[in-house]
Amino acid sequence: MKSFKFDWFVLPLVGVAAVLILWQISCATWAKDLPTPAKTWETSKPYIVEPFAKRGEMDQGFLRFTWYSLQLVAKGYLLALLIGTPIGFFLGLSKTFTKIFDPIIQVLRPVSPLAWLPLGLVLFMGAGKDASELGALFTIAICSMWPTVLNTAVGVRAIPQDYLNVAKVLKLSRTKTLFKVLIPASLPYMFTGFRLSLGIAWLVIVAAEMLTGRPGVGGFLWQEYNSLIYEHIILCIVTIGVVGFILDRLMSVVEQKFKTA
Amino acid sequence: MAYLELKNISKNFGGSPVLKDINLSVEKGEFVAIVGFSGAGKTTLISLIAGLLKPSNGSLMLNDLEITQPGPDRGIVFQNYSLLPWLTVFENILLAVEAVNPNWSDDKRKAHVEKYIAMVNLTPARDKKPGELSGGMRQRVSVARALAMDPQILLLDEPLSALDALTRATLQDEVSRIWSDDKKTVVMITNDPDEGIYLADRIIPLTAGPGATLGSSFTVEIPRPRDRKSINHDPHFKQLRREIVEFMLGSKQERHTAITRKLILPDIEPEDLNIPRNMTGWRKTPIRKNEMKEESVEVNS
Repeated sequence: MKSFKFDWFVLPLVGVAAVLILWQISCATWAKDLPTPAKTWETSKPYIVEPFAKRGEMDQGFLRFTWYSLQLVAKGYLLALLIGTPIGFFLGLSKTFTKIFDPIIQVLRPVSPLAWLPLGLVLFMGAGKDASELGALFTIAICSMWPTVLNTAVGVRAIPQDYLNVAKVLKLSRTKTLFKVLIPASLPYMFTGFRLSLGIAWLVIVAAEMLTGRPGVGGFLWQEYNSLIYEHIILCIVTIGVVGFILDRLMSVVEQKFKTA
Repeated sequence: MAYLELKNISKNFGGSPVLKDINLSVEKGEFVAIVGFSGAGKTTLISLIAGLLKPSNGSLMLNDLEITQPGPDRGIVFQNYSLLPWLTVFENILLAVEAVNPNWSDDKRKAHVEKYIAMVNLTPARDKKPGELSGGMRQRVSVARALAMDPQILLLDEPLSALDALTRATLQDEVSRIWSDDKKTVVMITNDPDEGIYLADRIIPLTAGPGATLGSSFTVEIPRPRDRKSINHDPHFKQLRREIVEFMLGSKQERHTAITRKLILPDIEPEDLNIPRNMTGWRKTPIRKNEMKEESVEVNS
């Protein structure tokens, strides 16, 4: 028990302490504009102590901002899964489909969210007030879709012939084969894709909010940079990191549940 | 007209035939074992009967109907169990029962599944997933699934070869018991002549591949129920076993394949001194020939 606590609690704290010291040293030597840890804490305190306060559109507690961002991510992410999973299935099932669309996917996949966002804004320009939200959703969906698409395709291709033989011998109908054999057999791969997609969706949100100026962690970060309050940039970075970490852990717990023998 | 009839079946996957001139007829209620070396094409043969593969030539008839695609009238027990790992024992069998009897009521289906789980003595493991079962138990689930479909013919593809000797013996007894209760037509593939003699009415050896074909069949005239202990001393058993083993080894020895390969000799042939040198200095370089030769090697396949 003692060594357990030591491993999981004390050792990570040593790492944190080391970073803080390095940060302090940096402030004192080469990065004069970087706020010190103490100063960062001082300035960020109102936002952390009252995490749900709302003092103005761009002046709210950090959990409130996180909540806005998470809502947007959730919508975009769900959209990505709804579009990406069927595409992945088609890619996995049909060689012709793969030959037709794989090159396009490979070309679109490495495009940065920063490049998609303007296109998203142009696409939904007619939507008026909602244009920035729709543009952001479009960006999140299209950027975070690819891991789901590719992993689902791999998962479907990796289904053992034995399972397909069972479906053939039992003469299962197409829908029954899909729900009783194909989907359960590829679930572990699909969840790996879902997890990677969620990570990307969370990365994209910051870029999307920065450029659209929506309230949220990313929007707040960019605003505080413009208003020269650098301490809040660090607060935002830490928040983004911690939230991303928690999301990833949650997904990996779900993923483990679906790992079948 | 036999119940299951294979006529002049051959199968190739592009290159030379894996199976050729396969003729087999199985009567209703008969238990036939096909014994062959691993890699001879046994699984290919059973996949053909199951309809999972199409023959390159020849025809397969079951009960006067041509076999063109897989179907639940032929229950298969695969070598590697092929259970769906995300379903419990009960659900695995239920999936098959639902597929075969879509009109049954839920209660009837459930009772049917329970009956077959009990038949293979797995009632305590009813709600376990295949991953939690031992190899022998999984194979019993697989047998129960095949039987629960109430197929016209049961195909066993080396059902026991992945199991240890003791489990194997127990399951052989179980297969034997189930067969004598049910009197299904069974085609079993095995690599163990003893297993074949113990279980089957008739044993047909499959010669060594490639281009494997069925030999003439051996009828097992040991009365049932057969006793595992005394069967070893039965003179008929000993003789049969010797004949089968001799036949199979014989079929293997006949197979010699000559492989021809090109040999490129290194370019170190000495200068050909018979060619006169002319003194004007036109040809100063030595004359060398790069020679290509062929070699034929006899290989035991």
